[in-house]
Parts: sequence; structure tokens; C-alpha cells
Amino acid sequence: MHAIEMKDVAFSYGEGAFRLNKFNFTVEEGEFVAVLGHNGSGKSTLARLMNGILAADGGEIRVFDTLLTDDTLYDVRRQVGVVFQNPDNQTVASIVEDDIAFGAENVGTPREEIGRRIDFALGAVGMRDLRTAMVARLSGGQKQRVAIAGVLALKPRVMVLDESTAMLDPRGRREIMDVVLRLNREEKITVVLITHFMEEALLADRAVVMNRGEIVMEGTPADIFERHEELVTYNLALPRIGAICKRLQAGGMPVADTLDAEKLAEEIVRCVS
Amino acid sequence: MKDVAFGQYYPVPSFVHRLDPRLKLLFLIAFIVAIFLASNFYGLAVCAGVLLVAILFSRVPFGKVLRAVRGVVFLILFTAALNVLFYRGETVYWSWGIFQVTEEGLIFSAFLVTRLVLLVTCSSMLTYTTTPVALTDGLESLLTPLKWIRFPVHELALIMSIALRFIPILMDETERIKNAQKARGADFESGGLIKRVRAIVPILIPLLLSAFRRADELGDAMDARCYMGSKNRTKYKKLRFTWRDLLAFFWGAALITGVVLLRVYMGAPV
Repeated sequence: MHAIEMKDVAFSYGEGAFRLNKFNFTVEEGEFVAVLGHNGSGKSTLARLMNGILAADGGEIRVFDTLLTDDTLYDVRRQVGVVFQNPDNQTVASIVEDDIAFGAENVGTPREEIGRRIDFALGAVGMRDLRTAMVARLSGGQKQRVAIAGVLALKPRVMVLDESTAMLDPRGRREIMDVVLRLNREEKITVVLITHFMEEALLADRAVVMNRGEIVMEGTPADIFERHEELVTYNLALPRIGAICKRLQAGGMPVADTLDAEKLAEEIVRCVS
Repeated sequence: MKDVAFGQYYPVPSFVHRLDPRLKLLFLIAFIVAIFLASNFYGLAVCAGVLLVAILFSRVPFGKVLRAVRGVVFLILFTAALNVLFYRGETVYWSWGIFQVTEEGLIFSAFLVTRLVLLVTCSSMLTYTTTPVALTDGLESLLTPLKWIRFPVHELALIMSIALRFIPILMDETERIKNAQKARGADFESGGLIKRVRAIVPILIPLLLSAFRRADELGDAMDARCYMGSKNRTKYKKLRFTWRDLLAFFWGAALITGVVLLRVYMGAPV
């Protein structure tokens, strides 16, 4: 079943800005899709259309069986959770558990059930011991994990991460990616990861590249990396280690694609010996 | 983060922390009334005693409590100075033009200073021992009757809790902008009052802009988490009145009675 299906979707911010025109995009249930694109490619617009924060000017957006309309807006939002970019601008409460409860409270979940969902969400992001901590004292990565937990408390089937790692340090980014992978594998949550970090896209089942409101490339992350020269035309460069891999492959050394310097070193040793 | 004592929660487990926030709010109001009812030092001494017990039971260190007073020390000294210089009395120690220092003036100033210190301390004790969320929950619960006249109680409580949540963030941001402007050669330390006030503008404008941007993003995040106002909303944290609250209630009632009795039987400070 399609988790998300966007058919002939049109959207525009007005004159001069890019527009989505006859935009088609589907995400399968249980899939982990990475959406790549440089600033202003329309990838964040995509996130906001998927759960009705922005309303499309035309076309259809369907989440599982539900067609997104004014009447089904909150049904859709319950199913599609969005985690945004800035770790400081997503929490409404000062205490971790109170913030996680917010979403569940909004939809009228009974008290005992909210408690269970907080347990579940904190467990899923690995923060059980920080239940009553102050949000302000947490690290960026921890704050984003609270944001993820806040979304999980609504028991969504799809999770959209709109550049949720962009403002984090490498360690925070790894924390978030670990959580996202686990949610996809273990909780079977469909993931749409919007990012401009190629390393993250490498973990996905499928990658999509956007440019000026259009999908310009699509395939497995390995496919996309294979077409690295094309990536450059969309202002997306292959990370340094990845580029070295490609040049080695072009020169006849069969190293596996990687973005990790250590791994590349091992690959080279393997090929040489 | 810059150290702002006032309005910050101090997380330790204690008797006072566990009290019902509604009771603490009412207690604070009762306490403030008591401070204003107290007409002499005995009355204030009773208030101070009650407050001292509250501080001991709250396990908030005294240094922390005093820091809250430090924030308004200028206001306190200013009030004290005005009263010392302008209070008219019988026993004049020193006079110059319209200024006059009298025994009565000194006593009255001391009285006022004690009052102010008590006021600041008791209000900050509330925020030290009560999480912003509990505080707004308490307020919401106390104001519930106002829903009857269509007053947006839930919305008001939410606005308050968000404001409290963003205080540390905006403090950090102010500091960051200030440093950025300093790096560009802005001068906040020298010049007269007008020049210094004008120097604040380059801090204020970026701060406001960023606050609007944050508000916008927070709005989206709340939308994404199905916020629909107070309609059909449940509450995770239920406020419950316990034996602790009953104890504190009697303690507060005793305080008010004591102060009123002292006022009736002992009269004014001077």
C-alpha cells in the first residue's frame, strides 16, 4: 500500500518563487526514502504539504486510504508526524515528559494511555532516564530526540524529518540517524528523510533528488551516487570520500561505495592485497 | 547561559516542590496580603519566619534565594534612599534643604526594605519550586470559572508556558546578538543614558525578528502535532490535593491570623 501518494500536486509561493507543478511522488508503506536537494529546491515544501501545514493549490494528496481535505486534516496529521529543523523551536513545554504529552493531549488521549505513550516514545529514542529533565539543559541531539518522541506520542505511521539534523553537530546527527533507522526497522514506521547530507541518504532504501520544485533523479542511494557528475548540476556535491571512491572505481579499483574514510582505507587494502 | 535567578525552576525533590501548584499560588497571594497587612516589625517577623520554614522545607539553597533579591537590589536601595531622605519625623538627625534624615524615616525605610525583600523572596520561591508547566496548570485550574464568561483560560495558560519555555532561549540569543554587534564595533558600555538606550536598538531588532521566526516555526510544529485549541483536549498531569497541601493550607491560615492579630494588638511600626 502507498503510505503517501501525491498526484498532480500544484503549489506556489507566488510570483518569482519556484513552484510545484503536476508533482507526483509516492512513498510505500515501511519504506525509508531520502529526499535530497540544495536550499530552495522545494524539499521542505514537500514536508509541509504532506501533513497539510501548507495547502496544495491543486492535485491530490493521499495518506494510506485518507484523501487530505479540510475534514481529514487532523486524521492525516495524526498519521504523518513531522520533525522540523530547529531543535529550539519545536518544544512547547519546559520539561521533557510534558512536551511529549502535548501531541497526545491535543487529540484527547486518555491519561493512562498518555503515560504509556510517553514510556514508549522515550524508550524508542533512548531517553528513559531523562523523562523529567529540563528541555533547555539538553544537547541539540537530545532536543531533537525529544521532538521525535513528541511526534511518536501521536503513534504516527509515517515520520517526515525536515532537515532535522541540519543544525546538529556530527554526534547529534548520528544520534538522530540511529533513532530513525531503528524506528524504520523495528517499529515499521515509514520514513521520509529530507536532508542535504549525502551520508544520511546513503542509509535509505530509496533516494530522490529535487531541484526547482521537480524530482530530477530517483533510485537507490547507490544509483544516485553512481551519477555523481549529474548531482553537481543540482548543486549537490558528493562528499570528499565518496568522490575519491568514484575516482578509484573509474581508475579500475573495485572499491565499494562508502563515505567513511576508515572504510575506504579498508576497501583499498582489500583491493590491493 | 546567563544566570537569571528569577523565574527559574530549581529541580530538587522536596515537600514544597510536591505541593499542589494551585495551593502554592493561593499561598503566595495570601502571603503577599499578609505582608501588606503587617503593620509592624512583629508582623513582618512572623512572615519572615513562615517564609524561612518554607525555604528550609523546599531544599533550595539560601544563596540561590538571595540571588533573586540581588536582581532587584537597585530598586530596593532606591526606595530606601527616597524614604530616608523625604520621610518627615520628630527626631531629626541631619537636614539639608528639602532633605531630612529622621529616626522615623530610618525605621520606616527599614520596614519597607524588609517588605520588598520578603515580597521578592516569596515570589521567587514559587518559581523555584514549581515547574512552569505546573504553574500554568495551576493557574488554568484556578481560572476555570472564568471560562463561563468565555475567557480563553486554556489559551492564556499555554501562552504563559510557552513564554516561560522561551525565556532561556531568548536570553541566550540576546547574548549572542550582543556579542555579534560588539564584534562589529558596537559600544554598549560608554556614553550617557540616551546613547546607551540607542545602542540597544541593534540588539532589539534582530531579537524581535528571530522571535517572530521562532513563533512561526513553533506554530507549524504545534499544527503538526494536531493542536486544535482546548477542544476535546485531555491533560496528562492531573492536579491532586494531598495531605501535604492540607498541612500547608493550615500553615498559611495560621500566618494570616497571626499577622492580623499582631496588627490589631500592636499597631504601627512608628
